[in-house]
Amino acid sequence: MIENIKIEYRKENSAEFEINAAPNGNPLNYKILNEKIYQIIKKGYTKVVLNNVCGQRFIGASLQGQLKIEINGLPGNDLGIFMDGPEIIVNGNSEDQIGNTMNNGKIIIHGDGGDVIGLSARGGKIYVKKDVGYRVGIHIKEFEHKFPVLLIGGTAKDFLGEYMAGGLIIVLGLEFKSDGTVSESKYPICGEGLGTGIHRGKIILRTVEDLGSRLGVGAKVYDLKKETEKTIKPYIKEFCDTFKINPDIINLKPYQIVKPISKRPFGGNFCGNLI
Amino acid sequence: MKWNNYTSLVEKFRNQRVFDGCGISGYINLDKKRDNGEQIIDMLSILSERENGLGAGFAGYGIYPKYKEYYALHLLIDDEDSKENLIRYLGDFGNIIQSEPIPTKIPPNVNNPPITWRIFYEPKHKESISDDAQMVRLIMKLNDTFDGVFVISSGKNMGVFKGNGWSHEIADFYQIKDYKAYMWLAHSRFPTNTPGWWGGAHPFNLLGTSVVHNGEITSYGTNMRYLESFGYKCTLFTDTEVIAYLFDLLIRKQKIPIPITTIALAPPLFTTIENMEQKYQIALKNIRATYRSAMLNGPFSIVVGLNYPKPTLIGLSDRKKLRPLVAAISNDENSVFLSSEEASFKRLKLCEDYNFKRIWHPKSGTAIIAQVGKGLLRDGRESPFEKINLKVEGTIGG
Repeated sequence: MIENIKIEYRKENSAEFEINAAPNGNPLNYKILNEKIYQIIKKGYTKVVLNNVCGQRFIGASLQGQLKIEINGLPGNDLGIFMDGPEIIVNGNSEDQIGNTMNNGKIIIHGDGGDVIGLSARGGKIYVKKDVGYRVGIHIKEFEHKFPVLLIGGTAKDFLGEYMAGGLIIVLGLEFKSDGTVSESKYPICGEGLGTGIHRGKIILRTVEDLGSRLGVGAKVYDLKKETEKTIKPYIKEFCDTFKINPDIINLKPYQIVKPISKRPFGGNFCGNLI
Repeated sequence: MKWNNYTSLVEKFRNQRVFDGCGISGYINLDKKRDNGEQIIDMLSILSERENGLGAGFAGYGIYPKYKEYYALHLLIDDEDSKENLIRYLGDFGNIIQSEPIPTKIPPNVNNPPITWRIFYEPKHKESISDDAQMVRLIMKLNDTFDGVFVISSGKNMGVFKGNGWSHEIADFYQIKDYKAYMWLAHSRFPTNTPGWWGGAHPFNLLGTSVVHNGEITSYGTNMRYLESFGYKCTLFTDTEVIAYLFDLLIRKQKIPIPITTIALAPPLFTTIENMEQKYQIALKNIRATYRSAMLNGPFSIVVGLNYPKPTLIGLSDRKKLRPLVAAISNDENSVFLSSEEASFKRLKLCEDYNFKRIWHPKSGTAIIAQVGKGLLRDGRESPFEKINLKVEGTIGG
């Protein structure tokens, strides 16, 4: 359908490619932009830099392998949908549904994330520097070596980890000021309905707030064991390295962990007795 | 008006049919500086994934400074006979100051448009009833019983331009770029439950209140019956209509403060209320009890424009945040922007070198309110009664 896609700019002797996603200030249609990305990757380039991105959807959809996509601008909904392996770096905010049903890979957002991040993700890592919206980590799941990790530097809103079926969500509750300083966020670490319907996986929140009144059906606050805290250390370190944060501030507050009370939180409802 | 003359269900489903929600945008210049429509067209047209060519519309406030004392009636009319009838009818109840076609340019894809007409009107002043109430009664009568005529907007110094088509087509059709307004609302439609027809496009308007909406109002039946008891008639086959009338009822007629109105329409859940201070519990439970039939249920995000009591832009989403809404404020804090997606703001940055001081995601069920002369009153991240001087008397249900 899309023919003769003109390639604007390439760096000499490099595996890197640059695309202007809004030539003359007019953002390309998402289909054309994604088609360009596929064609460039087909030619053997392993890094694509997208400039002036303005809400184009599905960037990085279904891409496989050791690729790197750097986005300058604002990627649209469903960034990295069905992705299996590549690394996406967003220099700025993102919109909703990033990492939708992602299989493997890494998405790094140097700004705010939108709602429904990591929807049904079954592997890979999503690191968001600042705040995120509603329903983050809804129904993320793990199986054998597949283990999705969501790490949020700021705060989350309602329904964090809703219907979670595995994996790990960490929320740090920090605020990143425009002058580069880092402090504790003035907003609550998460909203209501925390972990509604969770039946596997862990939500770890760096806070001293009382989470009890905000828990959803099937979730409970447990004491964080030393071993568990050790297992999250590598992710925290990677997060601090990625966003160049001094890790000292993170040690100033304890963690709380939210886990399911059972593997079948709705076992007693609906047709539980029939199964 | 025969609405089914102005639908195009089959041929308008052109390529790119991806299932999605509607796109909404709006902005206000708090110093009343008037912009032409280019900025709002840019903000809306970038959301082209959020429409399917079955309706789009714009509302501009401050577009008719020459006739600002008169009600500007924007009309969709079937034929010349209906128009003559209407003009004769209106003449009996007041003065027609000016009666003229809305300038349009018919682009190739907009077929079979109705006659678009505007009348600047002044009802006969009466002791017993205010002009506003007279106008509401007149508009309800016209929309409900008058053949071949539909009033799409009726406020002073403002107007709604809407129809069937893609947003850029409707912008061309009405030549939105030629109007200058200090507040713009815009909507691109993705009709799900009701037909896409000219009158059913957004914004919906009554006097100075205009609403653009993304989502579905599942409480439509309850809201409609509630409004009918106050003399409103829902005739447009679309759920959004009730939101416009509810804002008109609560703010213009009952003079409820805007923050309380938004609480009445999207109140916190009872489980949340139970955890609040006693006085807030009393206030919220009483608001919920009084306006139980006005509460909006279902997924929605709305942008509302008011010119009463002062020109105001309101953004509100449902309590569970099932539809998106993003807000931004310009560097000089003079303009407040709302949109379904942040891409609208990014587009302004790209095309017009616009810089924003802050872009943020408001809380669900919490209103953003920006008012001319007062600035950004609420940024949508507050608790319900923050910044409100609340004095509570009585008890729950008392």
